Amino acid sequence: MKKKLLCLALAGAMSMAAQAADKVKVGFVSTLSGPGGILGVAIRDGFQLGIEHTGGKLGGLPVELLIEDDQQKPDVAKQLADKLIKRDKVDFMTGIVFQNILQAAQASVLGSETYYISPNTGPSELAGAGCNPYFFAVSWVSDSYSEATGKNMTDKGYKNVFVIAPNYPGGKDVVNGFKRYYKGNYAGEVYTKLGQLDYAVEISQMRAAKPDAVFFFLPGGMGVNFLKQWHQAGMNKEFPLFGTGWSFDQDTLAAVGEPTLGALNASHWNLDLDNAANKKFVADFEKKFGRLPNEFAAQGYDAAMLIDAAVRDVKGKIEDKAALRKALEAANFKSVRGAFKFNKNHFPIQNYYLRQVVKDDKGRFVNKTAGTIFTDHQDAYVSACNM
Amino acid sequence: MTWILFLEQCLNGLQFGLMLFLLVAGLTLIFGIMDLINLAHGSLYMIGAYLVATFTQATGSFLLAVPLGLAATAVIGMVVEATVLRGLYKRDHLSQVLATFALILIANESTRAIWGLQALTLNVPEALSGSVELLPGLHYSAFRLAIIIVGLLVAAGLYFLVVRTRIGMLVRAGASNRQMATAMGTNIKWLFTAVFGAGAALCALAGAMLSPLLVVQVGMGESILILAFVTVVIGGIGSMRGAFIGALLVGIVDTFGRAFIPPLLRTILPPALADAAGPSLAAISIYLLMVIVLFWKPQGLFPAGS
Repeated sequence: MKKKLLCLALAGAMSMAAQAADKVKVGFVSTLSGPGGILGVAIRDGFQLGIEHTGGKLGGLPVELLIEDDQQKPDVAKQLADKLIKRDKVDFMTGIVFQNILQAAQASVLGSETYYISPNTGPSELAGAGCNPYFFAVSWVSDSYSEATGKNMTDKGYKNVFVIAPNYPGGKDVVNGFKRYYKGNYAGEVYTKLGQLDYAVEISQMRAAKPDAVFFFLPGGMGVNFLKQWHQAGMNKEFPLFGTGWSFDQDTLAAVGEPTLGALNASHWNLDLDNAANKKFVADFEKKFGRLPNEFAAQGYDAAMLIDAAVRDVKGKIEDKAALRKALEAANFKSVRGAFKFNKNHFPIQNYYLRQVVKDDKGRFVNKTAGTIFTDHQDAYVSACNM
Repeated sequence: MTWILFLEQCLNGLQFGLMLFLLVAGLTLIFGIMDLINLAHGSLYMIGAYLVATFTQATGSFLLAVPLGLAATAVIGMVVEATVLRGLYKRDHLSQVLATFALILIANESTRAIWGLQALTLNVPEALSGSVELLPGLHYSAFRLAIIIVGLLVAAGLYFLVVRTRIGMLVRAGASNRQMATAMGTNIKWLFTAVFGAGAALCALAGAMLSPLLVVQVGMGESILILAFVTVVIGGIGSMRGAFIGALLVGIVDTFGRAFIPPLLRTILPPALADAAGPSLAAISIYLLMVIVLFWKPQGLFPAGS
């Protein structure tokens, strides 16, 4: 009798486990204030638009979205991640903008076997030997944009390039990606202090070095300052300027305007990519927020769409982690970047496009797609991933 | 390296030094005369830059926006002095640091509430947007040249004000010996408010002149504040002459460090080592300068009252 009861109880528990959850809880930790806040806001807006497009649900289940601001502080991000996982027991985590913030929170998230969907930062270690079954990136590996830029400059036949980047590990990573695909010589390489404001010294050096083009990687406000000073020094008339897509996202173009005109950059997404999902995303984003979306918003949107597809594919049974992983890996959704599939390291295999900043017919500064640099590009780290 | 590049870098150093001087002139007076450590000095610079950028957008004229922004920032400075800082003069430095740090947070959050997250960008006024050929082959940005001229004019004006006028005499007296100046019947209260207002206006001028070059964003004041304090310490606390020489030294040393240390190291070290050490060494050059100056002159180059 006792045995029978136990069996019944077990059977009951098992049928409970296999039953669909009644809602999806998503923990969204991002940088929403401070100098980097504009990026987190873009990702959040994109993510929320995604949920709106799926009828306020993810995979048919009602969503409980818990949005927190990490203030670009690693310790704050870790506390928030702990809170969301231990107290709120979220099913998914997403949102983090910056690599150092992710590093602080990643042990808590991945250690608790909570799926993390990265809408932005893609550290190379998580793409290589440190790849993790619970980590998915809908974005890129941090050196992919510069790989594409390097490839494009080689293709265009540039032989003598001047490189400028900030002197910190992230800056060196990006330059290494560039060097992997750029095959010419270097007129000069300058590594500036992180957070430097004035680039008069470096611009003078560039002019004296007479390169045939310049590649710069200066994230955030550094890049904006550099662009303005580059323009003022009249360098835009003398040397072609290449950068990564991050320096020419739509929010930056809108704020900086004229000095960005003509600059060439590489990205996996653009406003004018010709697919139905993207057209809907761009039109509705502009209608809802009164501005054009950038790649950060597109990544946030895709993160929501990926979760939606995975939850739908497991028919709401998100407790079944193994099935959920298979569904995430299948990535059964229409990405705004067009074709999308995950590599075995859970990073995308995707195209990278060349974009040029132009003025559109409404007088706005926008990126125009000027060609495809890489088709179905894989990152350089995937072979080290045993998953 | 050619001599044209060398001259260009000298101009860059001079321009940076003079901008720093505008910030430091107010800071050193406030530090020297009122014995107040004002961490919120950078916030006044930020507020000035925001106001000038806003007035430029509203009026369409940078030339008109600068005096408006300067006046508004001076008024804000004086109001803050009269309401918050006045009570702090008798407190120890720790209380002042805490209170003015709070002011930074308040200023940053209010700025964010008023102007939003997106940084403001201002383009160089049309007339100064080109470059000037100073010597054959030496093209220099007209706006940066204008910064140098404004910096030199302000320095000359301040020198005249501090050394040749009665107000300047009171300011110097206050910096050298505050108690004695009070005992001699100087209305220290008003003097302090006036000096604080003038310091705020100079901050705003620095913010105005730099706003077409740099992004106007929340937190821009903090990044330059440390450099300003380093300059004050090198020049000697409370000394206008020290602020001027100190700012130029810091400007030149920082510029030359960035321009010439990495290539120099590349000629004497293996490339990998030089690439690793060069930028770091360039970044700490001004702090090395401070250590060297303080080793020989612990009071700074031109301490007030010496």
